[in-house]
Amino acid sequence: MGIDYIYPEFEVIRNESRCVTCQVCQRQCANEVHRYDPDLGRMLSDETKCVGCHRCVSLCPTHALKIVKNDCAFRENANWQTGAIKEIYKQASSGGVLLSSMGSPAPLSVYWDKLLLNASQVTNPSIDPLREPMETRVYLGKKPGLVDRDDKGNLTYALEPQLELSMPVMFSAMSYGSISYNAHKSLAMAAQKLGIFYNTGEGGLHEDFYCYGGNTIVQVASGRFGVYKDYLDAGAAVEIKMGQGAKPGIGGHLPGAKIVGDVSRTRMIPEGSDAISPAPHHDIYSIEDLRQLVYSLKEATEYKKPVIVKVAAVHNIAAIASGVARSGADIIAIDGFRGGTGAAPTRIRDNVGIPIELALAAVDQRLREEGIRSQVSLVVGGSIRSASDVVKAVALGADACYIATGALLALGCHLCRTCHTGRCNWGIATQRPDLVKRLNPEVGCQRLVNLLTAWNHEIKELMGGMGINSIEALRGNRLMLRGVGLTETELRILGVAHAGE
Amino acid sequence: MELNAKNLEFRELNRQLRQGGSVFHITGCCGQRFIAAGMDGKTITIEGIPGNALGAYLNGASIEVLANAQDAVGDTMNDGQILIHGNIGDAAGYAMRGGRIYVKGSAGYRAGIHMKQYRDKVPVMIIGGVAGSFLGEYQAGGLILVLGMNRGGAPLVGEFPCTGMHGGKMLLRGDVTGIRFPRGVCPRPAGEADLAEILPELERYCGLFGYDRNQVLDAPFTLITPDSGNPYRQMYAAN
Ligand code: SF4
Ligand code: SF4
Repeated sequence: MGIDYIYPEFEVIRNESRCVTCQVCQRQCANEVHRYDPDLGRMLSDETKCVGCHRCVSLCPTHALKIVKNDCAFRENANWQTGAIKEIYKQASSGGVLLSSMGSPAPLSVYWDKLLLNASQVTNPSIDPLREPMETRVYLGKKPGLVDRDDKGNLTYALEPQLELSMPVMFSAMSYGSISYNAHKSLAMAAQKLGIFYNTGEGGLHEDFYCYGGNTIVQVASGRFGVYKDYLDAGAAVEIKMGQGAKPGIGGHLPGAKIVGDVSRTRMIPEGSDAISPAPHHDIYSIEDLRQLVYSLKEATEYKKPVIVKVAAVHNIAAIASGVARSGADIIAIDGFRGGTGAAPTRIRDNVGIPIELALAAVDQRLREEGIRSQVSLVVGGSIRSASDVVKAVALGADACYIATGALLALGCHLCRTCHTGRCNWGIATQRPDLVKRLNPEVGCQRLVNLLTAWNHEIKELMGGMGINSIEALRGNRLMLRGVGLTETELRILGVAHAGE
Repeated sequence: MELNAKNLEFRELNRQLRQGGSVFHITGCCGQRFIAAGMDGKTITIEGIPGNALGAYLNGASIEVLANAQDAVGDTMNDGQILIHGNIGDAAGYAMRGGRIYVKGSAGYRAGIHMKQYRDKVPVMIIGGVAGSFLGEYQAGGLILVLGMNRGGAPLVGEFPCTGMHGGKMLLRGDVTGIRFPRGVCPRPAGEADLAEILPELERYCGLFGYDRNQVLDAPFTLITPDSGNPYRQMYAAN
């Protein structure tokens, strides 16, 4: 008969000659790996509980700790790799659906890394962003298709509502409940400082954060948690969540154990009760139905706010986006399959959806062909990791990018991928007050501001190199991209030539 | 204030509702959607048939429809009251969190799905006739009451009532044999105390629509509540 024991993934290596038994590691590890043994007068570790989050490593004052990948391995097998074997054991003992956090660690294609940017040489001048004005400001929303004049011949500016971003990056949806109060506060403050937007996710808006409303996108998902008039009014835009890149076709489920205190208040549901967002909106079965939800939100907010529809990148994304563009949505957000999550069934996360790069290229192309590209703005997410990813996304046709994992990394996340346990040692994916307070929102905000300020400089430098001084002029400018090591089909879908061509 | 809705687009109709006074009598209503979306502090009577999403995100306003209404009545309603003197379409009261929807006649599919409750907010939906399939799917709070009055041979509720229910309660009046309830909910005959709890709502409802209270009460009631607020707890293995 099988035995449930799975050899620990990590090994805790303590340099005894450095360890001063200060017990910091014991206090810092919410997974209770470290323990001081008074009889032995030294620290002991229970490695079975370690998730490799490096909290103890980062705080050990004498640098006595090291967490290394365990080399106790199953017999090598290219087909039955360690992960596959362990997953079978876990399911054989529990009968459970495997649940994971964060974006897929599987070696999925990253097309950003196979796209290269252009630069000016000789025949056209590059621009020095340190001396010349460079514009990274973008406006998201419907753009007029025609130039309209009144009877006196003056231009009329009856613009639909727009979101003004100082740079083409926003923080994407993470609900209060999946992440902590301090994480939300850091994001909200940083969005305000940076002149961009953060997104409430589907867990409602904490009363303390209404003051950041001008930089907040409020989300409406199938569970409609915390959605009411004041909430809709508080945000600068309303986002309808139809899907998420990490789990297309799957709803959300925040277990009752995490619905405590303020989280319950903000979601407007009783403590301890599961928060279930069903996979579909049960009132949406067609683009017509989606249009109804879009317009009910526009009516409720008196047409003052753009409505975003967020969908996961799936096989027919171009046709879907075309439908969404006709539903009255002002902005379409597309989330690629490498996107993160607070918890998703492993099989869904690692096997469903398509890469954001291909989805973006296909959607931008389709909307242009149909002559409706200017009716919507496109925002893409699902693992945007750097300023160059942003620039490549814009060149492929995006108006702006959504980042989440990158923002959490700036707040201290070490990508241990155990957010679903609720014991995040970095105070991010947890509601335990002792852990939440490890994240100082002032410091968190500053780190986010640092990150995006740096990105904005890099974006300008990359643009300047290409001789482009306005991000608007880069949008959909695929001549600025070349592919390396891509097949004909990939190049055709991306709409870019191969390097050297 | 009299408001003739004939040939008015919904956007204009709502604009006039928002601007003008607090008591409205709309005539000639013909399928305009989103009437009174998100509104509070208004009392609106409607002659004719309002379109989908009547009273969506309603925040305290009171709406009375003298005829039938269409789909998505009271979508994500937070507070207020919607009275319908006829029948209503599908997905009424989706995710409603507070207030009341009283329907004299019958409801289509998916009535009261995802209904919630929170503190003093306990939404109530009373359907005088019968309800279609998926009644109270994912119900997480509040009260759904189906009376089955004058239903002739029509089934009291359609298929799959209470699927995924994890809060609140449902009461069905009359014979429930033949109704298949899912695992995870527990139907039982309602006792004196259960009925006493809903009596004020029921009497109010009967008064408003002219049903005979005693006749309504003169039938067995079945109370359905969920076994657990955490129906999927055992389902996952951390990976
Ligand atoms: S779980 Fe994190 S804090 Fe605890 S021992 Fe492992 S790396 Fe250190
Ligand atoms: S948010 Fe916390 S739990 Fe989640 S991956 Fe990052 S460090 Fe780990």
